[in-house]
Amino acid sequence: MFRPVVRLSTSGVRSLTRTRQCYSAPLASRCYSHAKVETDEEFDARWVTYFSKPDIDAWELKKGMNTLIGYDLVPEPKILDSALRACRRLNDLASAIRILEAVKDKSGPHKDIYPYLIQELQPTLIELGISTPEDLGMDIL
Amino acid sequence: MDNRARGYNITLQLHKDLHILTILTAFLMLATRALSLVGKRAISTSICVRGGHGVAKVDDYALPAYFDRRENPLPDVQFVTELSAVQKSLKEKEKGSWATLSNEEKIALYRISFKQSFAEMNEGTKEWKSVIAGMFFFIGMTGLVVLWQRKFVYGPVPPTFESEWKEKEVQRMLDMRINPVEGFSAKWDYENKEWKK
Repeated sequence: MFRPVVRLSTSGVRSLTRTRQCYSAPLASRCYSHAKVETDEEFDARWVTYFSKPDIDAWELKKGMNTLIGYDLVPEPKILDSALRACRRLNDLASAIRILEAVKDKSGPHKDIYPYLIQELQPTLIELGISTPEDLGMDIL
Repeated sequence: MDNRARGYNITLQLHKDLHILTILTAFLMLATRALSLVGKRAISTSICVRGGHGVAKVDDYALPAYFDRRENPLPDVQFVTELSAVQKSLKEKEKGSWATLSNEEKIALYRISFKQSFAEMNEGTKEWKSVIAGMFFFIGMTGLVVLWQRKFVYGPVPPTFESEWKEKEVQRMLDMRINPVEGFSAKWDYENKEWKK
């Protein structure tokens, strides 16, 4: 009965220690995705470039705007500035006003975002002659 | 025993047949429906010229539609499709500087492209009032039905509910010392023959 134990203890010990080394997997590695995460600046730059296309067409403006509103964020003033200028190139004032309405709606309960955006966009609004929905009385029924 | 076993076997077989039959019929139905769909599609939406008779008609519902949604601020089409002369001239003016447009003109331009503003589309309805009214009405109706039932359907209540009976019942329970530690009789003061304060 002791013989197999002895055999294990003399010849098996070495193999045991060897296998133990193999089993010590690094505990620090996790199964996270290795995809590169886009920074906020890259995101903003991408969208500003999208709307800055000089020969942007109406469909692209609509698609871009609808996609942007679909994201879980309120676009930065620079993106909106680029979009409003795209509206100007397309001679579409209605869409410009609609974009402002959409952005206000997107802010949801955070009532301080929209005034900030309007404040940042004021130079562009004056330059292009865009009235805000409040100016036109369209924000109330 | 033998007959019962045979009976079970027969019912088992019938079940299996039924299962197979239902599966087959379901498959057939799906197949025919798919085929008919394919057939219809092939006929109505193909734009190939058939026998020199021209292009097939595109149905209304297949064209891009206008809809006011919060999550889709710029719909695929304008709201107003046929512009009047005034609107057309306004559209021409839009090509110039927007600062020259008056507020009414800007609103008019907006209304050409869009049906409802965000404020209008997000407006709540007064439907909840109808809902509450309906709830109260049906609860009231149910109440009337219950009252009628009490009067005309249910028989008399048993005599055990009369106050005389109840008094005797309580006395009997106290005499029996029901729940004398923490419950019923524990609350009765046997010395003074009254309920404990």
